[in-house]
Amino acid sequence: MFHQLTDSGAQALTLTIDGERVTASPGETVASVLLRQESPVARSTPVHGNPRAPYCMMGVCFDCLATVDGVASTQTCLVAVRDGMTVERQHGKRSITA
Amino acid sequence: MIGAAIAYGLSGNGARVLVLDGGDTDFRAAKANFGLVWVQGKGCGNPAYQRLSHEAAGLWPAFADQLTDETGIRLDYESKGGLNFCVGASELEARGARLTQWHREVPDLAPCTRMLDRGELEALLPGVRLGDNVSGASFGATDGHVNPLRLLAAMQKGLVQRGSVLLGNQPVDRIVPLSQGGFSVHAREQRYDAAQIIIAAGLGSSALGPMVGLDVPLRPQRGQLMVTERLAPLLPLPASGIRQTDEGTVMIGLTQEDVGFDISTTSAAAAQMSRHALQVLPDLARARLIRQWSCLRIMTPDGCPVYAESADYPGAWVALCHSGVTLASFHAGPLADCLRNARLDSRLNFFHHERFDVSSID
Repeated sequence: MFHQLTDSGAQALTLTIDGERVTASPGETVASVLLRQESPVARSTPVHGNPRAPYCMMGVCFDCLATVDGVASTQTCLVAVRDGMTVERQHGKRSITA
Repeated sequence: MIGAAIAYGLSGNGARVLVLDGGDTDFRAAKANFGLVWVQGKGCGNPAYQRLSHEAAGLWPAFADQLTDETGIRLDYESKGGLNFCVGASELEARGARLTQWHREVPDLAPCTRMLDRGELEALLPGVRLGDNVSGASFGATDGHVNPLRLLAAMQKGLVQRGSVLLGNQPVDRIVPLSQGGFSVHAREQRYDAAQIIIAAGLGSSALGPMVGLDVPLRPQRGQLMVTERLAPLLPLPASGIRQTDEGTVMIGLTQEDVGFDISTTSAAAAQMSRHALQVLPDLARARLIRQWSCLRIMTPDGCPVYAESADYPGAWVALCHSGVTLASFHAGPLADCLRNARLDSRLNFFHHERFDVSSID
């Protein structure tokens, strides 16, 4: 499991991942917060349902997609955390008709 | 796509077939295709082309089965019918009139399409939320779709498995008729001799054909298309300009632009294609677009295929069209059979390019 090298202490922000509250530091990306969790999985693939975690961390591989503040298929490595943010892991094919 | 289909059909039974495929950066309509196996409306004003499209669609199921059996490549082929959505009352009326005329051009064939009003369309697509202004659609019972990249890969694998040779990245720069008959074909400093040659080089055929007396007028027509992320099923039937693939992506097209040899994409086209797609399926507003690309269709002056043998150099043939997916079953079947016997069936007479000669017009 990944962990932060420095403890940001008082600066911590709070966001939720699948409803669970987690802390993060200002300036880090949602993907880096995901990588620190017990399960680093951001999503499962639409066709075979295989788990995917953040990988390239630079906007190229699209493995780190998740729903951020209601916006699905967001590249979490390109989004900085904000206090109160809601992150949901994304599983399988997404429905846009529900 | 056309060359691969013909070569796949010619291969086997001891035939010695060599396929010289072009460069990776050549204009390759085969790798940018929308993937419809489509009959409705094809060849309006040219009944021979309409008949050919019906014939090809009829051959498709057995062709797809055989190709998958031989190669193990799944084609995602489906033929449950296809739609042409209409927005607004006048579009529905115009579509109906056009297809009525189209059916009239082949009076001996039973109509394969029917017009659906909004209510009938909703009944056909339960659970699909259509845009408020969708007035109906034409439904083509013989239409379908396929994964065009898998189709190309399967035909290439199939022709090699049948014992033929496929050389990639070998753009042909010269064809020389030999005095004793036959031809030498030159590509990348290599020379290949053959008794018969078939030029199926798409837009590149304009340069090669005249070397053996096959001067076919061609123009590029740009088509742009876009694809979304993979989504849960939302459109059970393919439609003209919008279809959901087996993997879940939604392909959205398309444009018909006369811009020469320019394969740029434009934001104006993206906006226009998105607007139309949202008129039909408003839920797509929540989908992510992944990619937009373009390629060049191979257009003859009347948009119909060309199949012909050179009058000056017998043994040199040309095969060109812009419907390489729909016609793949015909190219691999009846057309390959004709070419094996070096004689085109008389029902294909219309497709000779002499129809474009100024002097042949009454």
